[in-house]
Amino acid sequence: MKEKLHQIKLKYRGKKMAPAFNAIHTFLYSPNETTHSGSHVRSADDLKRTMNTVIMALVPCLLFGIFNAGYQHYSAINGFPAEFSLFEHFLTWENFWLGAITVLPIVIVSYGVGLAIEFIFAVIKGHEVEEGYLVTGMLVPLIVPVDTPLWMLAVAVAFGVVIGKEVFGGTGMNILNPALTIRAFLFFAYPTWMSGDKVWVHGAKEGVTQAGSADAISGETVLGYLAQGSTEFSYSLSDMFYGFIPGSVGETSTVLILLGGLFLVFSKIASWRIMLSAVIGSLAMGLIFNGIVAAEWIPEYSKFYGLMNFEYWQHLLVGGLAFGIVFMATDPVTGSQTNRGKWIYGFLIGFMSVMIRVFNPGYPEGVFLAILLMNVFAPTIDHYVVRGNIKRRMKRLKTATIHPKVTDGVEALKTETV
Amino acid sequence: MSKDIRIKKGLNINLIGAAEQTTSKAVLSNVYALNLDDFHGITPKMLVKQGAEVKAGEPLFYNKNKEDMFFVSPVSGELVEIIRGARRKILTLKILADKTQEYLEHKTINIEKSDAESIKTFLLQSGGWSFLKQRPYDIIANPEITPKAIFISGYTTAPLAADANYVLNGKEAELQAAISALGKLTPGQVHVSVGGAGNSPLEKLDGITLHKVSGPHPAGLVGTQINKIDPINKGEVAWTVTPQDLVIIGELLLTGKFNAERIIALAGSVVKAPKYYSTKIGAEISTFLYGSGVNQDKFRLINGDVLTGSKTHPEGYLGFYNNTVTAIPEGDDYEFFGWNKPVFNKISSTRALTFSWMQPKKKYDLDTNTNGEHRAFVVTGLYEDVFPLDIYPLQLLKACMVKDLDEMEQLGLYEVAPEDFSLTEFICISKQPHQQIIREGLDLLHQEIG
Repeated sequence: MKEKLHQIKLKYRGKKMAPAFNAIHTFLYSPNETTHSGSHVRSADDLKRTMNTVIMALVPCLLFGIFNAGYQHYSAINGFPAEFSLFEHFLTWENFWLGAITVLPIVIVSYGVGLAIEFIFAVIKGHEVEEGYLVTGMLVPLIVPVDTPLWMLAVAVAFGVVIGKEVFGGTGMNILNPALTIRAFLFFAYPTWMSGDKVWVHGAKEGVTQAGSADAISGETVLGYLAQGSTEFSYSLSDMFYGFIPGSVGETSTVLILLGGLFLVFSKIASWRIMLSAVIGSLAMGLIFNGIVAAEWIPEYSKFYGLMNFEYWQHLLVGGLAFGIVFMATDPVTGSQTNRGKWIYGFLIGFMSVMIRVFNPGYPEGVFLAILLMNVFAPTIDHYVVRGNIKRRMKRLKTATIHPKVTDGVEALKTETV
Repeated sequence: MSKDIRIKKGLNINLIGAAEQTTSKAVLSNVYALNLDDFHGITPKMLVKQGAEVKAGEPLFYNKNKEDMFFVSPVSGELVEIIRGARRKILTLKILADKTQEYLEHKTINIEKSDAESIKTFLLQSGGWSFLKQRPYDIIANPEITPKAIFISGYTTAPLAADANYVLNGKEAELQAAISALGKLTPGQVHVSVGGAGNSPLEKLDGITLHKVSGPHPAGLVGTQINKIDPINKGEVAWTVTPQDLVIIGELLLTGKFNAERIIALAGSVVKAPKYYSTKIGAEISTFLYGSGVNQDKFRLINGDVLTGSKTHPEGYLGFYNNTVTAIPEGDDYEFFGWNKPVFNKISSTRALTFSWMQPKKKYDLDTNTNGEHRAFVVTGLYEDVFPLDIYPLQLLKACMVKDLDEMEQLGLYEVAPEDFSLTEFICISKQPHQQIIREGLDLLHQEIG
């Protein structure tokens, strides 16, 4: 096998289809490339390993999302169990099967369309297929509602990969996070499929009815309830923390996101600075809103009252905030690239997310908008951070001891100005 | 005004095959060669013709841009071959050594009484100057510019590199002579850095500013030390010289003879008996390589250490500035699912199913496989963990890649040499050629700004 593939690789070297073959080849075997210049030895990490680590951190969220899709569907029909038991009500074959047939097609379409475009671009442009989409393709199914029509997803993925990434030159060159570009495209192109109380539970759009009643099932997110000024949702804090609530496929389980985040921080793949500062930023904004409510600056009938009054730290448990902070804000390509910049970048993401979430009139969520906004500003943040270093160097220059060239004679003794 | 330097950021690359501290005499080489790539940025003009007889220390060629800078033969013998490349560029000079070595004897000078000008002339004429390097640009020092300081690193942190303390043992007189002479060439200080163990022959010298350095690689690189002691500003020039070359300079000053002898470390996991050899600059590597033996056929032979050395082969020659020769396995093999399996036998700066963080003391047998393909820069924040200089490495690399001269200047390209980026290159997830990028950036800056 190894020998055969090697022969095929040599045969197709320099041909048009070589990148496509190499992508599959390097997937099976890490390449036999050796160093040519510079360091003769290299560390064990490559981009595939890095991306794979992120995917591993995402798998628990995906599995949970599959079970939760089934759980939310059946609970909407039959009512939520009075005494919840993890194995009796959640981790059941029934839930898994329903989740699998609704979620897995989304995963397949996301990867299929995205990777096809990546391969086509690699062949046309003659570069290797880059690994960036491995993570994007996994993120996309986790941040869309469970009933997103597959054709919409395909259109959005094509848009996101081509306009969000390939036009800039591929992995490593993009300005906006491709997964969030896809999400934003879906949100603005098909808003009725992305918001409201009919999209978060499988079957609600098609009008599946509740058991023993003619009413169609529905499922509102916690943020949706709050935006309507209602606090009469039946989800407890532990439901929110463990993730037994409606929402996009993979974003609900804060505990699994937390574990994934810890794994990424431990493995040094994602920046702890961004995660920590984003959490601080969201808490800060939440506290400000709580303070406004406590100071009675806004009346109770205000339409922002419900979300402003929401306990500040609970913002992290609902919606996509935790997921966005751990998996989207930490994208190294679109995020801030300097360590100090990461603190600012993360803080502003948390801060803006909660702000947009509260003030967004049509849709009570703001994480993806906040991250996209900060993606645009990340180079600016870096610019000012790097300026700091340059300023320090300029300051040092004033004390420079520059000796004249021997041939210049004595009168040439003058410091160069920059 | 001694200043101790403690480096925290960095990474020690522990490899199998460190040279044992015993020195053998290498078999005498028949042919010695100078590889002109070692003298970066020098345009050579030959002084002798092919077939001419030269003495050890006799000038072979001079620098076309600085006509009084001579480069001398390491041995006496016949210049048998001038190998030229494209556009008749001289690549290698081969000298067939005489049985009995004859030295060109320079008139020795009294270091105490000489002034800077006469020392400079002496070094330029006798070939000792070629060991002096300058920053910015990491090239042979320009004799027209007075350096603000001279930096010498006697602390070894590079993987498998020859231990400075060991190879300098007993050379105090030569070192002192060289330091005294060089000290006259700068109005500033001569900064010497040593490890904390207190056994370096460099410590007791007069006329130096001693610094004790501790920490992981790249603490031993002179660039790291310059950045911590007295960083180079635009327009400033600092000289660097390796302590082993000081020995040659010292002997030249004391005896008037250019003695190219040096003790080198032969190391690496491929070498059966890694140890030190005494040999001469330009000696054929096979003269000592097979003295120790190799345990496999396919290996990478490196003139220098694994991070900064250049590729060579057993019939190649010891580089002009090198005191280490390393042999490691070639890694031109595929590995099944190499990108997602847990990795126990390779070094990594992350913990992404790589486990070198669990055993920081373990010694590894790394080969030359890149462990992945070349990609655009993606991951950020990892270089900073192993890069102790007050410079933004990623931003500087990008400035060099897009040839933005202003940015290169402002981000501190004047302060660095390619070797300072060897560790970031090692850990680079995108497998970018950092040292080459920096070298090209330096050359461009030198050409444009001078």
